This record gives sequence, C-alpha cells and structure tokens, in this order.
Amino acid sequence: MKKGKIEINFELCKMCEYCIVQCPMKLIKKGDGQNQGGFFPAEYCDPSGVCNACKLCGIVCPESAIEIFKIISDDCDGNCGDDCKCGKGGDDE
Amino acid sequence: MSEKKFMKGNEAIAEAAIRAGLNFYAGYPITPATEILEYFAVHLPAKGGVFIQAASEIEAINMVYGAAAGGARAMTSSSSPGMSLKMECISYIALAELPCVIVDIMRGGPGLGDIQPAQSDYFQIVKGGGHGDYRLIVFAPSTVQEAYDLTFESYSLADRWRIPVVILGDGALGQVKEGIELREKSSVLIEKPWALSGAKGRKSNRIVPFNLEPLELEKMNLALQEKYRAIEKSEVCFEEVNINFETELIIVAYGTCGRIAKSVIKMAAENGLHIGLIRPITLWPFPCDEIRYWACNFPNKKFLVVEMSAGQMIEDVRLAVGDDKKISFYGKMGGVVPTPEEILEEIERRVLC
Amino acid sequence: MLKEEKILSRPEILTGKFSFCAGCHHGTINKLIAEVIESLNLREEIIAVIGVGCCATMYGFWGVDIINAPHGRAQAVATGLKRVHPDKIIFTYQGDGDLAGIGMHEAIHTSNRGENITTFFVNNGIYGMTGGQRAPTTLPGAKTSTTLSGSEGAPIKMCELLETLSAPAYIHRVALFSPAEIIRARKAIEKALYAQMNNKGFSFIEFLSNCPTNWKMTPLESLEYVKKMTEYFPLKVFREPQ
Repeated sequence: MKKGKIEINFELCKMCEYCIVQCPMKLIKKGDGQNQGGFFPAEYCDPSGVCNACKLCGIVCPESAIEIFKIISDDCDGNCGDDCKCGKGGDDE
Repeated sequence: MSEKKFMKGNEAIAEAAIRAGLNFYAGYPITPATEILEYFAVHLPAKGGVFIQAASEIEAINMVYGAAAGGARAMTSSSSPGMSLKMECISYIALAELPCVIVDIMRGGPGLGDIQPAQSDYFQIVKGGGHGDYRLIVFAPSTVQEAYDLTFESYSLADRWRIPVVILGDGALGQVKEGIELREKSSVLIEKPWALSGAKGRKSNRIVPFNLEPLELEKMNLALQEKYRAIEKSEVCFEEVNINFETELIIVAYGTCGRIAKSVIKMAAENGLHIGLIRPITLWPFPCDEIRYWACNFPNKKFLVVEMSAGQMIEDVRLAVGDDKKISFYGKMGGVVPTPEEILEEIERRVLC
Repeated sequence: MLKEEKILSRPEILTGKFSFCAGCHHGTINKLIAEVIESLNLREEIIAVIGVGCCATMYGFWGVDIINAPHGRAQAVATGLKRVHPDKIIFTYQGDGDLAGIGMHEAIHTSNRGENITTFFVNNGIYGMTGGQRAPTTLPGAKTSTTLSGSEGAPIKMCELLETLSAPAYIHRVALFSPAEIIRARKAIEKALYAQMNNKGFSFIEFLSNCPTNWKMTPLESLEYVKKMTEYFPLKVFREPQ
C-alpha cells in the first residue's frame, strides 16, 4: 500500500474547496483558523494514515499551496514496481 | 574618411540609423515617410538587423517596445496620423525608461489631412500626445545633413538617458534630396543590465510601467522628473544666426521653417533690415534660457515665430519671453509651405523692424 | 524506518502569493506553466509578456524576465523580443478582452506571420479585472454588467479562427474543471514550449477558465459553468506541431 501525506500552506490557501471535493479519502475539510488574507484555509487530517499520495488535491489547487509526500521505507530503491511491499512504486498519474 | 551621397532626407535618416548600429526596425507605410521603411527593407537585413513591416502603426511601435526591452537598438517611423496611433505605447516606453528612436515626418492635418509638409505635431510630440507626465527628447533637423547627423547621435543619447528620442521632420525634409557626407564615426554602445534576455546567472528583470500602489508610482514619476531636469541642463541644442546688438527682430523657427528663415535674413539684410534667428535643434529640451536671455537683456528686440501650424511652438516662446507684446506669429496650415518672400513682406507690413 | 519523498511542491520560480480570486483558474494556469518551465529547466531562457487584465499583476510573483504590454499588444511586444532574442523562450499570457477584443489585430497578424512564440489565452467569457463586463467570448444569454438582459451575439472562437490560417503550428483548446483536464492542459503547455524550442512556429493554447467573482458563483459552482462553455468551445487539438 502506498502511503502519503500532504501539507497545505496556511497563508496561500483561499478556501476554494477544490481539494476538499477531490480527495477520494475525504481527508481535507474546511479549517477553523483564519489567515492574513481573511480566508479559513483547508485542513488536512489523516489519523488513520490512509492518504495514498494520489496528488489529486495538488493537481487542482489553484494556489500551488499543497505539498505532497510519499512515505517510503528509507532503504527502498524504488525498483519494485507493482510488487512493492514497502509503500513506493507504480505510476504517479 | 567619409562618403558623399545624394540622398533623400528619409533615406539619410535610415542610413544613419544603420550606421549607428540599428538592430531592429518595425514600421508601416505612410506618406511622406514610407521611404524609411523601404530603405530598411532593402538594407537592414544585410547588415544583420531585423526588419518587419508590421500590420499596423500600433503593432510597429509595440514591436519596438519589445525589442528595446530586449536591449536592442530599435526604431520605428511614421507621419502625423500614425504618430497619433502610437501614443499609448510611447507612454509605456517612457515610464519603462527604454531607449528607442522614433521618426515623425509631419504632414498636414488634422484628420487624414494631406501629404504635404506641416509642423502641426509639435504639441503631440513635444508636449506628450500620450497620457501621463513624460517627456521625449525631440530633435528638429532642418537639412538632410542634419537629419543624418542627429539620427546617428540619437542612439547614444537614447541609451545614455534611457529615453525615446524623436526625429521630428516634415514632408519637405523627408522628400528633398541633398548631397551629404556620411561621416564615419563609431556609435557609443553601452551595457544594458536592465534588459530582458533570460535571467541567466542573475536576478530576473522586470519592465513593468505599472504600479497599483500610488506611493510607488509617485516614486517612479519623481525619478523620471529628476532625469528630465538633468536632461534639460545638459542636452539643449540650438543654432543662432545673426543675433547681435543691431538685431531688431529675432525669428524663432525650427526644421524647414528654420531653413526658410535663413533666406529671410539674407533678403532682409539686402534691404537694410537687421533680422536674426534662433533655431531650436532640440524642441525638448527647449532653448528657453537662450530666448529669455535676449528678451530680458535687450528689451527692444522683437520676436517673430514662424511655424507651419496654427501656432504651437509659439506657446513655449511666450513662456520664455514673458511678454506677449514682443511676439508676433506667422503660420501656414494645411500642408502649405511659406516662402521667404511672403515672410519678409509680412515683416515689412507689420513694421516688425 | 520511513522517509518522506516530496512528489509535488510549489515551483520555486513562483516567488509569492497569487493575486487572483479564490478558485480562479488563472492560478491553476500560472501553476502549470511554472511547473513545466521548472521541469524543462527553462527559467533562464524565459521572457514572459503579460497582457492587461487580472494577469497584469503576475510580475509580482514570477521570478523570470517579465514585461507588461499595453492592452492587446502582448503578441507584438513578444515579436519584438523574439526577433532580437531568437534563442529565448517567449510566451504571452492574455485574457479574452486582451486577445480577442482589443488585441484581435495582433492575434491574427502575429499568428499569420508564424512568429515562433507561444500564446497562452485565458478565456473565461467575461472581463474580470474591470468588474464583469461582456467579452468577445461571452456566451449568449449571459448576464454581465453591460448585458443585464442577457448577452446577444455569438462568442468568438479563437482556435477556430486561427485554424483558418496556414501559419500557426500548434493550436489546442483545453479546460481545467477536473484533474484529468488539468493534466491534459499541462501536457499541452509542455508541447507548446517544446514546439517553440524546436522552432516549429506559433503555438496557441486556449484555456477555458472560470471567473467565480464576476460570474457570481462559488468556485465549485463555476466549474459546472466551464463545462457548459465546452458546448460552444469544443476541447480539442486543432493543429498538431509537425
């Protein structure tokens, strides 16, 4: 299983909600905090670690406010392809 | 060692630009300036420059804006109605502080007017036909030789001050053929670290004549004004003919009218009249100090402004002289060129001296 | 032990927060162009020519050589720049008023000369910067601030218009209302810049875009309206670079 995580830039987000709608795991919601722009930036919350770094949120974000990470074993060399057991492999798109 | 050639004013201007290192020309056909475009079409690519016949006057000046922003020596040329079209972009180029040379071979107006010589673009070129507080250096050659020399110099001037320079001629100058010397000089090239050329190994450059923050735009304007004061101090250029204690009447005239005035002076001398001439060569910066000197120190001298217009430069003369009673005007509109005889007749009729 | 590998981040070529409204596709397009420039390592080769409209403030957050052109004239300015720097990659970025209104002359003639530049045309069927007036690409019946009872007349289809000219090398209309479309749009941008790098001639990408503020919709609602725009403006490749 691929695992991933995202970070939403608090000051760049303008709460358009595109990422909220796109996330297949429903890991993003409207936030409570307010940024300098007056917006309530989206918040990412993944307590069960189900983000699989599909990148849909980052693709639709009009502010380029989302950084996306794959979480992989630090001894992985990325060559396993579909036989991946450690969390990396397959096509990104 | 220099060449001698028999050339039209328009051709001489184009040849001077090429010899001064012109990289880029874009223009549009318009009488009486079209020979400039056609000369470049034949000669500029062979010298490694870019020639484009644009699809409109506006397209041409905007191409010059781009080429100048890229650090190239760029030129466009036109006549009065075409200059009107270019004004918005000239305003942009002025705030962007880009060097370029623009040639206006004036014709009768307003409107489509006619194709004969006129000087009725003074307001739009010297006072700024585009919006905003800006100035252009304006040269007013009166002979084909002067047109060649001033065009050649205009590039180093434009580059040094980062300002557009206008060569303001008229249909007579553009079309007349004279023998001239194509003087061999090298044009001074200067570095342009501000130019757009791809941000390799440096911070990115911006050419942005725009700032929504009023205090920032004010700063940009103040910087322009400071530059203009410096240009006024150092770049004024004029010619004086026959001005001495005996001179009773000083003609103020530029371009073709300046040349006609010289004939008036000769003819007048034969009749015992003491007439002189101040011929502005730069219309901006205007030789107001010089005119003011003669007006203030010699209160009996009178001034006659001669223009091929309803009277445009006369306003700058009035500002310099400071006393309207001393100033007379003789003008022809609609593309009509005054003769020296009729000017002299007018001087005698009005008993100006 | 686990480690984090960053697989998507903000291009470094973008130096500040975007000036656009929430959900505006200008942001998406800016992001995509920046990503492509960075992935192709073109930062030092790029000169951007920006039109007048909401895009006019792009100079504030782009770390490349950049110039603002008069309204409608970006393609003429880009022509001047490209002719004196033929090895640089030059793009114009213009809205529907800038290119299909006042800039229509330059749009036709620059593409007809086959200038080796790229034009990114942002079509949201309205004049955004000035508060929502009718554009040459406004859909029939649309209520704008100058067409209160519904816009009349057909919208101008720029890709179709340019297709009548033999000179343009690459003409493509894309949209951004879904991740799949966004990915397609990114590929189109890449193809256009490659076409310029390989001296193929004039490349033109039309982005069907939104304007939530002046359409008086939420960003999510605006995505549905862009889908409606595709009935008038089909998404397709009109000409492939050869």
